[in-house]
Amino acid sequence: MTKNPKLHIPQPTARPGEAPDFSYLELSEAGAVDRPAVDAPAAGIEHLATELVRVLDEDYEACGPWDPELDEETLIEALRLMVLTRVYDERMYRMQRQGKISFYMQALGEEAVSIGQGLAFEAGDMMFPAYRNQGLYILRNTSLVDMMSHCLSNSRDMCKGRQMPVFYQNKENNMFTISGNLATQYPQAVGWAMGSAIKGEDHIAASWVGDGSTAEADFHYALTFAAVYQAPVVLNVTNNQWAISTFQGIAGGERRPFAARGLGLGIPGIRVDGNDLLAVYSVTRWAAERARSGGGPTLIELVTYRGGAHSTSDDPSRYRPKDEWDSFPLGDPVDRLKQHLVKAGHWSETQHTALEKELKQTVDAAWKEAETYGTMTEPPFLDVKLMFEDVFAEMPEHLRRQRDKLLEIRGEPS
Amino acid sequence: MSQMNMIQAIRSAHDVMLDKDPSVVAFGQDIGYFGGVFRCTDGLQKKYGEHRVIDAPIAEGGIIGTAIGLGINGLRPVVEIQFADYIYPGFDQVVSELSRLRYRSAGEFYSPVTIRTPCGGGIRGGQTHSQSPEGIFTHLSGVKTVMVSNPYDAKGLLIAAIESDDPVVFFEPKRIYNGPFDGDPDKPSVSWSSHPKGEVPDGYYTVPLGKAEIVEEGDDLTIITYGTIVHVAQAAAKAAGVNAEIIDVRSLMPLDVDTLRDSVNKTGRAMVAHEATRFCGYGAELVATIQKECFWALEAPISRVTGWDTPYPHAFEWQYFPIQKRLVDGIRKLMEVE
Repeated sequence: MTKNPKLHIPQPTARPGEAPDFSYLELSEAGAVDRPAVDAPAAGIEHLATELVRVLDEDYEACGPWDPELDEETLIEALRLMVLTRVYDERMYRMQRQGKISFYMQALGEEAVSIGQGLAFEAGDMMFPAYRNQGLYILRNTSLVDMMSHCLSNSRDMCKGRQMPVFYQNKENNMFTISGNLATQYPQAVGWAMGSAIKGEDHIAASWVGDGSTAEADFHYALTFAAVYQAPVVLNVTNNQWAISTFQGIAGGERRPFAARGLGLGIPGIRVDGNDLLAVYSVTRWAAERARSGGGPTLIELVTYRGGAHSTSDDPSRYRPKDEWDSFPLGDPVDRLKQHLVKAGHWSETQHTALEKELKQTVDAAWKEAETYGTMTEPPFLDVKLMFEDVFAEMPEHLRRQRDKLLEIRGEPS
Repeated sequence: MSQMNMIQAIRSAHDVMLDKDPSVVAFGQDIGYFGGVFRCTDGLQKKYGEHRVIDAPIAEGGIIGTAIGLGINGLRPVVEIQFADYIYPGFDQVVSELSRLRYRSAGEFYSPVTIRTPCGGGIRGGQTHSQSPEGIFTHLSGVKTVMVSNPYDAKGLLIAAIESDDPVVFFEPKRIYNGPFDGDPDKPSVSWSSHPKGEVPDGYYTVPLGKAEIVEEGDDLTIITYGTIVHVAQAAAKAAGVNAEIIDVRSLMPLDVDTLRDSVNKTGRAMVAHEATRFCGYGAELVATIQKECFWALEAPISRVTGWDTPYPHAFEWQYFPIQKRLVDGIRKLMEVE
């Protein structure tokens, strides 16, 4: 027995140069976790927060009660959207490296989160995404040219140059504007869902944070308010193991899974294999149906791995083994769905190669078009007058004066 | 018309708007069943139901965060933060989200949240029930900030705030909820019944955001103030025997520069007074504005009377507070400048 309390500093299992070690991840066999009815009382299903819902087994076969039995067409569409997200990311990452855009964030390795979950919601449901949910925007018909134009802050930028890259929005398709502040959108999603219930509508809301952001107060506010008002909302934690340089233990993930954060409030938690598109879809569909039918919120933890750097400003080789992803026991979401489709006889390597080629061409063409609307260094540029708009519904006098002053300095007519 | 104190006027504004617009919802701690710790929403839950007047958990960040979501979904939330001293857990949602939502989304998204909050001292509330944090909010770009000084304005401005598509932080000096305070702590409290601004229309009306009010016309000097100090300034001017023009700024952001400028250009002397601490306080913006707009008309340096730069004390409340005597001294010094 030690005599004094000792400060515990959580340590990742492996640092650069060491062998990756994911022994800390509690895994369940594919098909092993039961699927309760969507109206099951929260108290009886607490085990879902600590087990791991998986559908695809080692041989890429779908098994168990969570198999959503999606048709071939839907699965191929899901694969296409995941590949498109990855190809888009590759291109944009490269464009940042070439200095064409100021910043970028990839979703490499986490594509099944946005695509699997996005497919499980209805068009009228409101999404409050985090910054690694570009797949949701792609899935919800945001044009690649628009997304690229935003990253370029060019004359077609959906945000009129107000935000740094990757903070997309698409109001028409119920995609909220992304905030760079962590977890702030979580209580907002709960509020939106409360509003839906107040208005007597059956639309639900969904929001995403990473494992690191669960430490923010807003995460806990959101859970409390969602539980108190039984808001029709699906709250998601993308646990990609890393919050920039700190592993998930620093966010408090060492002893209890993030899915269990809501149990004390009576919010069901489900921990799911985040790289298994079938399981991700199925669990999200369950939570969405539960919310839509008045069953209140669900907290879903998607266990995945951040395959790339946090952002283009980050260098993960300084804090984690270079090859860590290769050892991640839940593999690569794109490859797993591909193998599943191949095994089922719906897909082939040839088709996959052709798809990748086609999507690269799509992305290349979109980039060429986006550049015609300008870049950070090439015209057409955004009108500088836009800087003073949208601060308020109508421009107040002091902003009008400041705008005119700037135009005077620039020698332009007001 | 009815005689109303500020609490009744604020309740009436809620009542009018809950009745007029089905998208209006009131949200906050103790505001529903109980009717609010200051009774500003008394009886409204019974009248409009639990889905329109909603009791919230004790989590200001959660209240403001979810209110933003309600607003994004087409509702018009009127939030009560029980004391301005407790607004800070929700501050990030105001600074990083509410104030910039319209801007960052190029006008696509906005949330018309009104945040009401009792503020200010003079009630023996010490450092946790007396603060005046308006200057922190006026420094933001994208929220409007109001501080009211009487029942008539409180109702009219609150309705205007609720109807505004911009977010509004609405400060209610709790010292004057039940009656004006002339800044003499030794005198017994008075009620609003003898004050002309205690006469309030029963139905709908608005007082526009962005407009100051000249509450006393005069030509010796201009006193620019807001909230409780409006009444202190009126009494102080009388006690000092000067013919002061007293301006109630009311709408701190956006600021009615024209009214300030015209007055100081006329009087040539200006005093700025508020309860809040001095350093980087809202008064500094007023001083800078007057200096820029009225420099050639000024006959004396612009004077400031404010709370001291200490946390709000308990025992020394009347030494801290800009009471009538301090304003009288300030006025005399300002008038002495040749």
